[in-house]
Amino acid sequence: MTTLSEAVRPGAAPDQPADAAEAPVRGLWRQGLVVFCENRLALVGLGLFVLLAAVCFLGPLFYHTDQVHTDLTAVHLAPGEQGHPLGTDGVGYDQLGRLMLGGQTSIIVGLAAGILATALGTLWGAVAGFVGGWMDAAMMRVVDAMMSIPSLFLFMLLAAIVTPSVPMLILIIGAFAWLGPARLVRGEALTLRSREYVQAMRGMGGTGGRAVRRHIVPNAIGTVIVNATFQVADAILYVAYLSFLGLGVPPPAANWGGMLSDGLADTYSGHWWLLYPPGIAIILIVLAFNFIGDGLRDAFEVRLRRR
Amino acid sequence: MSESTVRKSSAGQPAAVQPLLELRDLDTDIALRRGTVHALDGVSLEVMPGETLGVVGESGSGKTMTALSIMGLLPPGGRVSGGQILFEGRDLRSLPADEVRRTRGVRMGMVFQDPLTSLNPTMRIGVQVAEPLRVHERVGRAEARDRAIEILRRVGMPRPERIVDNYPHELSGGMRQRVAIAMALVCSPRLLIADEPTTALDVTTQRQILELIDDLREEFGMAVILVTHDLGVIAGRADRVAVMYAGRVVETAATEQLFRSPRHRYTEALLEALPESAIRESGAHARLYSIPGLPPDLSRPLTGCRFAPRCRHVTDECRTTDVTLSTGEHQHACLHPVPAAPAAPVTLPAPVRVEPAPEPAATTAKAGQPAATPVLSVRELVKNYAAHGGGLLRRTAGQVSAVAGVSFEVGPGETFGLVGESGCGKSTVGRLAVGLERPTAGQIMLDGVDIASLTGRERRRMHRQVQLMFQDSYAAMNPRMRVDAILAEPLEIQKVGDGTARRARIATLLDQVGLSRRVLERYPHEFSGGQLQRIGLARSLALQPRLIVGDEPVSALDVSIQAQVLNLMRDLQRELGLAYVFISHDLSVVDYMADRIGVMYLGKLVEVGPARDVVRAARHPYTQALIDAVPSITPNATAARDGVTIRGELPSAVNPPTGCRFRTRCPLAQEICETEPPLAGDGHQVACHFPLRPESSEASARAGAAA
Repeated sequence: MTTLSEAVRPGAAPDQPADAAEAPVRGLWRQGLVVFCENRLALVGLGLFVLLAAVCFLGPLFYHTDQVHTDLTAVHLAPGEQGHPLGTDGVGYDQLGRLMLGGQTSIIVGLAAGILATALGTLWGAVAGFVGGWMDAAMMRVVDAMMSIPSLFLFMLLAAIVTPSVPMLILIIGAFAWLGPARLVRGEALTLRSREYVQAMRGMGGTGGRAVRRHIVPNAIGTVIVNATFQVADAILYVAYLSFLGLGVPPPAANWGGMLSDGLADTYSGHWWLLYPPGIAIILIVLAFNFIGDGLRDAFEVRLRRR
Repeated sequence: MSESTVRKSSAGQPAAVQPLLELRDLDTDIALRRGTVHALDGVSLEVMPGETLGVVGESGSGKTMTALSIMGLLPPGGRVSGGQILFEGRDLRSLPADEVRRTRGVRMGMVFQDPLTSLNPTMRIGVQVAEPLRVHERVGRAEARDRAIEILRRVGMPRPERIVDNYPHELSGGMRQRVAIAMALVCSPRLLIADEPTTALDVTTQRQILELIDDLREEFGMAVILVTHDLGVIAGRADRVAVMYAGRVVETAATEQLFRSPRHRYTEALLEALPESAIRESGAHARLYSIPGLPPDLSRPLTGCRFAPRCRHVTDECRTTDVTLSTGEHQHACLHPVPAAPAAPVTLPAPVRVEPAPEPAATTAKAGQPAATPVLSVRELVKNYAAHGGGLLRRTAGQVSAVAGVSFEVGPGETFGLVGESGCGKSTVGRLAVGLERPTAGQIMLDGVDIASLTGRERRRMHRQVQLMFQDSYAAMNPRMRVDAILAEPLEIQKVGDGTARRARIATLLDQVGLSRRVLERYPHEFSGGQLQRIGLARSLALQPRLIVGDEPVSALDVSIQAQVLNLMRDLQRELGLAYVFISHDLSVVDYMADRIGVMYLGKLVEVGPARDVVRAARHPYTQALIDAVPSITPNATAARDGVTIRGELPSAVNPPTGCRFRTRCPLAQEICETEPPLAGDGHQVACHFPLRPESSEASARAGAAA
C-alpha cells in the first residue's frame, strides 16, 4: 500500500503502465544504513564499542603503568590513593591500566574467535546446504554430535591439555562456537536454493556456481553478518568464563574474566574496585555487540519487507 | 438512509423490516509505521434479515476491513474511528464490552479465506467446532460433542461421528472450510460473514461450498455478507451487491440490476475488464478493456471521486467535488453515471468497445492442428516423485505420479492453454517443458530436437528457445538485484553481446512491455504486482525465445491489472510471433487467451481441442463439470446450468485410480472405465469411454484441412 503511487494523466492510453514515483532512488546499502541509524540502541552500541576499544588500545599510550613487575609495597590501594585512579590489586598492579590491558585480550580474542567461528560455520553449513543429499546428512550429524557435548566441559578439557595463550584461546573457542552458524547457514542455503529466482536463473541456463555467486551468497550475507556480531559477544563471554575458571591466559597477561575471578577472592575484604570495573566492562561490551547485531538485523531485513 | 427501512428486501421479506445490520458512515484507520491508512471512509451498508449481501472490490478496496470492523477483529493499529455499527438496532460501538463480545460471539459468525490457518492444528475438530458453545453457552463436554456432530452433519460432512476426533491436517481444503463454516454456525447466528470463503479452493470445491452457504442461509434463516474479489461468485449468489473502491462504497443495487446496468463508471470498467465479457462481446477474441493506473494511496488525503484518476469519463468536477451515494434502490456515487438501461430487455452490459483489436491473421489456420514443425512437442511425458516416509533412513514410501503420459504439441505463434485443478500436474508439465526438471520417461522436443539428447553448451543454448513466466514475479526476482541487473542476467548467462548491446536490448525490452527507463535503478519491492509482472515478462523475452511457458501468470493480480497483462501478452505474441503455454486454473482466462486447450486431471490429459470447442462443447465429463463450476457474471447462469456436478475430492496421486483416473468421481462411470481410455479424436480429442458428445464435424474438418 505504501509502494509507488503514480500520477496517471487523465485520458492516458488504457495500457499506459504506471510510472515509477518521483521518490529518490537509493541503493540497498544506503537504505540499510538509514534503517540502522534509525535504531538508537544500535548507534549507542556502536558508540560504546568504539569508546571501549579506544580506551583499551589507545589508553595505554597516554596512561603509562607497569603491568609486568609486581609491587608488593602498593597492594590493595583504594581508588585515588598514591595516584592510582582505580586503586591497585593484590600484587600491586594499577587497576585502570590492567583493565586496559585485559580489555585488549578480551576484544582481540572475542573478535578473532567470533570471526573464525562464523567463517568456519558458514563454509560448513553452506556446503552442506548446497550439496544436499548424503553429504548434508553426514556433515550435519557431525554438528549434532558436537553440539550434544556441553561446550563448557569441552573447553575445560582442552584448556587443561594445552597451555592457554591468546592464539590458543582463539582456536579453542572458534573450534566449538562454529556449530551455531553452521546450522543457521545450512538452513538459509536450503531455502535459498529452492527460491523461485534461483529457479528462474536455472531456466535461463545458469549454472550452480552462478546461483551461489549471484543469488545465494548476497542473500545469505545479511544473516551471516548479523550472526557474526552475536558470535563476537558470545566469544567475549567465553573468554570470561574460561578465565574465571582459571583456564585463561597466565599472568602477567590479563583479561576481564580473569580479573573478575581474582576480584572474587576480595569480595569480603571490601575491595570493590577489583570486582565491579571488570564486571561492568564485560557487560558493556557484550551489550554493545548485541545492540549492533539487532541494528544490523533491522538494516538487512526490514527494508525488504516494506512493501 | 430514511428510505432504507421501507425498502423491500429482495429475499422476499415484507416491507418495513428493520435491517439486521446497518453501518452508518463507518470510518476505520490503521496506524502503520509511516502514517495512518484510512482504510474505510464513510462506509454505509445495510443487511436485511435473511438476505445475502455481496461486497465486492479489488485488493485494498476496504472490503475485508469492513468485515473485520463489524467483527471487531481489526489488525494491530487498526481502530474504528467514526460512525455506527447497528446490529439489530443497537450500536456495537456504544454497548458495554461484555455485551459486544456476546453479540459478536453468538449472533454473528465469520468464515475466513484460508481454512488451514483459521483452524488450530493442535485441537480436534469436535472440540474446535464446539468451542463457541463452551464459551458462550457453557454447555458440558458431552453435549458440546453431540452438538458438534450435529452441526457437522448439517454442513454436509461425511461421517461426522468420526471427523470430530480428527485433526485439521487430516482433512482436505474443502472439508476444512466446511469445518470453519460449522464453527461459525454452531451458535445459530443471525449473520454470517464470509470473507473470500472460496478463494483458496478449486472451482469444483468452490461450487460445493457456495451452494452449502446458500442452503444453510435458508435453513438457519440468517443473513450472509459475502466478501469477495470475484464478480462471478457474487453474481450467482447475492441478493444485493455493494461495490467498493478505495475505502468507499461506490455503488449498491440488487444483483441482477447491477450486472445488467451498472451505473458507476468503476463498476462498468471492472465488468468490461473480465475476459468473459470480451469473449461474449465479440465472439472472437477482442482486446480487453483495462483500467489504467493503480488505486490511490489511502494514507494521503484525497479529494473528489477516488476513481477519477483512472476514469475514462473524468471531468474537472470529479476531481474537486466529494461525491456521495445517491439515494433510492440503485445507489451510486458518480457524477457522470452510465445512462440507466431501459428496463425491459434483459441484455448484458453493452459497453462501448474501445478498439476491437485486429484478429491475429493466423488464428483460423492454427486453431486446428499445429503447423509442420511444432515449437514444443511433448510425447508420453511421465514424471514421478519419490514420496519419503518419515524416520531415520527415509525409506521411499511410494511414488507420486505427478504427470502420467501426457502428449501435446504447440505450434509457432500458438497459445496452448493448460487447465486443471491444483495437484493435477499442470505446473509440473510446465517445469519439464522449460527444462527445470528432467522427466522420468517420455520425450520433449523443442523445434524438433529432443532436449534429452543435448549436453553441456547445447543444453544451455536450449534455454534461449523457451522461457518460464512465474505467477509471483516478486518471488522470482532476487530482492537484492536492481531491475537492470535482473534484466541483464539472462543475457549474461547466455553470453549475448557486450555491455552496450545488452543495455540497448534492455531498453528495447522496456519499451516492449511499456515501462519507463526509470525502473532500471529500482529494486523489485518498490513495484506493484502488475508492474512486476511486466518486468518478469521483459526478462522472459530478453533471449528472444520462441516459446514462453506462463505458470498462472495473472492469477495473483486484480481484474483490472490482469487485463493489462493479458493485453500485453497478446500484443507481444502478435509482434514477435511467440508461442505460449498458458497454465491456469481459471478457465475463463484460458478461454480468452488460448487457441487450443488441454484439460488435465490427476496427471493425465483428458481432453485436448480448439479452445472454443472445448469450452462450448466439452466432450469429457470432467471438463463439463469444470466449466459448470466456474462462476459467471451472467446472473442466474449458475442456477440455469443442468450439467455435470462432481462430488468428493481429488484422489491421492500416490495411488491413483487404475484405468480412467476420473472414474471415482464420474457420474457416468461404468465397469469399462477400469480400463484406460485412449486420447481419441482428430481435432478435438477426448480420453473417455462415454464422451458427452461426438466431435463436431467442424472441428474434424478443420483438422483434416490442416493435416
